[in-house]
Amino acid sequence: MDSIILTTVIMLGVLAATLAVVLFVVAQKFKVIEDARIGETENTLPGANCGGCGYTGCRAFAEALVKADDISNMFCPVGGNATMSKVAEVLGKTVEVKESLVAVVRCSGSCENRPRVNEFDGAVSCSVMAATYSGDTDCSFGCFGKGDCVPVCNFDAISINKETLLPEVDENKCTACGACVKACPKFIIELRKKGIKSRRIYVSCMNKDKGAIARKACKTACIGCAICRKNCEFDAITIENFLAYIDADKCRLCRKCVDVCPQKSIIELNFPPRKPRIETQEIKAAGTVNTEVITN
Amino acid sequence: MIKTFKRGGVHPHENKISQNAALEQLLPEGIVRIFISQHIGAPAECIVAKGDKVKVGQLIAKANGFVSVNVHSSVSGTVLGMEDVADYQGIKKPAICIQVEGDEWDENIDRSSEINRDLSKSAEEILAKITEAGLVGLGGATFPTHVKLAVPKGKTAKAIIINGAECEPYLTSDHRVMLEKGEELLIGVQLLKKTVNVDKAYIGIETNKQDAIDNLTKLSANYSGIEIVPLVPKYPQGGEKQLIKSITGLEVPDRALPIETGCIVSNICTTFAVYEAVQKNKPLFENSVTITGKNLKVQKNFIVRVGTPLSQLINAIGGFPENTGKVISGGPMMGRAISNLDAPTLKGSGAVLFITKDEAKRGVKSNCIRCSKCVAACPMGLQPFLLYKLAELNMLEDLKEHAVHACIECGCCLYTCPANLPLVDYIRLGKTRAMKLIVKPK
Repeated sequence: MDSIILTTVIMLGVLAATLAVVLFVVAQKFKVIEDARIGETENTLPGANCGGCGYTGCRAFAEALVKADDISNMFCPVGGNATMSKVAEVLGKTVEVKESLVAVVRCSGSCENRPRVNEFDGAVSCSVMAATYSGDTDCSFGCFGKGDCVPVCNFDAISINKETLLPEVDENKCTACGACVKACPKFIIELRKKGIKSRRIYVSCMNKDKGAIARKACKTACIGCAICRKNCEFDAITIENFLAYIDADKCRLCRKCVDVCPQKSIIELNFPPRKPRIETQEIKAAGTVNTEVITN
Repeated sequence: MIKTFKRGGVHPHENKISQNAALEQLLPEGIVRIFISQHIGAPAECIVAKGDKVKVGQLIAKANGFVSVNVHSSVSGTVLGMEDVADYQGIKKPAICIQVEGDEWDENIDRSSEINRDLSKSAEEILAKITEAGLVGLGGATFPTHVKLAVPKGKTAKAIIINGAECEPYLTSDHRVMLEKGEELLIGVQLLKKTVNVDKAYIGIETNKQDAIDNLTKLSANYSGIEIVPLVPKYPQGGEKQLIKSITGLEVPDRALPIETGCIVSNICTTFAVYEAVQKNKPLFENSVTITGKNLKVQKNFIVRVGTPLSQLINAIGGFPENTGKVISGGPMMGRAISNLDAPTLKGSGAVLFITKDEAKRGVKSNCIRCSKCVAACPMGLQPFLLYKLAELNMLEDLKEHAVHACIECGCCLYTCPANLPLVDYIRLGKTRAMKLIVKPK
């Protein structure tokens, strides 16, 4: 009886010792030396794995950051400048401070503004609809409202307004990862500069039809009349294919174009309510920063 | 035994309510708009200018390359210029607009009703005539006919197959052509045989068109090497691959052209157009169009000039019918809904179908219960339920692996699905995406 136990113990002991040696040799032979900085860098990243940086996830981005010599072109839109400066600290590389972006929906064709002329009863998907025909309104450029942009958002920042049937972006949640931009088959979502105090001016229309046709299809369509371009003092507005576009780099947020647009297709966001003329002048005299922005 | 294909297929209600309506000519009025791209391949190049006077059958846009076709004027009148015109689906494409003035034909076209039985032309001459006449496959795909008839090097054609199946419910224009233009059709078949140098031609006709089978069998006694093959009515028998399988028993290999089996398939209307192009010098500028629907007062089979506004066709049947839920270009299975009723007709428009509100309603979508009815119905042997899910999740690599490219979009899966899932909608999207065909607009 004793001998059986003893034999077993010895056998297993020898086996364990042999395997330990084999494992040790294998581990030494195939040792992967990983740059410790990859792990460190990954820890500084948000861990959302959204793909907004252009890589498959945070780990892949961290690897790319460690590998690259110049990381000034690489950016994590979710973490923003704070994260990137931390990354730079870890890696000892330099990064540029980038202006933060936000997604804007360039269509104002709500049910009220843009009458529906037919009904789409196929699969509830903008992509399917875009592959089938020009859409359920006379405007073939605008939003379909089937919400392809909603499920792709990892941050719950975009939702379809049930009344207008247009997507709305929650700018506090939006990280400008660009997932919705890619999902939209009509290319109406754009990543624009967030702007000072989140103030933005943009043309909320994508209609490239001639003015008369565009106007018939939608009450707020840009008709390419060029009044905004004439009134812009900073050459920020270009008109192509009967559609105005405001260059956010040149725009000084004077809001003149918003006032003159006959179609109300230029939208201003997060500005304080307009004050009467006299007051504005008074403030100008006082010379605060705010007025400079407003009266420029 | 009557032939058919084995794998998959469905048999919806035939509803061929317009089959007794004889072909009628419909002349356009006002302005016709002729698209310069009505075929698969490069758009034709416009060769007329604003203010030019054109005659019926005159070349107005020239083929731009080998896989492209000529476009001819379908009316006589004054050219108003090029314009972007919305098609059936509301998508804008360049078209030549012509103001109709009278009906003056090009002198070279033989307008007599006499049948030209002369078969002395050589294969090259016939092919040149077909190329010049701007012929495309009129079954729906509008593939240039001269490209199809150019047999690739190293391959030999053994037989011509003429598709008279007309398996789509409601459609009857091919049926009417077989009945009324039987002899011309058979001459067209002989011309096609000569072009690709084969001795044998089959005309596959479903047995629900017995009068067409009888008519062509009687007439074909005078022509050698034409066999009329009755087929069991089954959808999608008119699909190229299914028809070859039905008639010859041969399977077209995956990712291969039908020529691998030695067969070249041509549609009834295309064959008739071949006759007209070669024997009568008449380019393709008109086509037979079925106008049908349960809520119509009259059922019609019109011969319509290309570019006629759809609204004129609707006027010809007594105005827009009440209780219409959907207007479809083509049959109910593969046709596409029309969102723009002012759009001009195309070379390949075979039918305008009015569907009542009750018929048009899609069932309520529920969950897939893996009953595999769609798998049983798929004539290509695919797994539609899986392709649907993969397309919805945008898993393109997997779609490619599961042979999404083989889908012929026939709609059998959607027809059988008890859960009313929009299978074809997504599979079509996945197919386009997997083939990288969606091009980002500039």
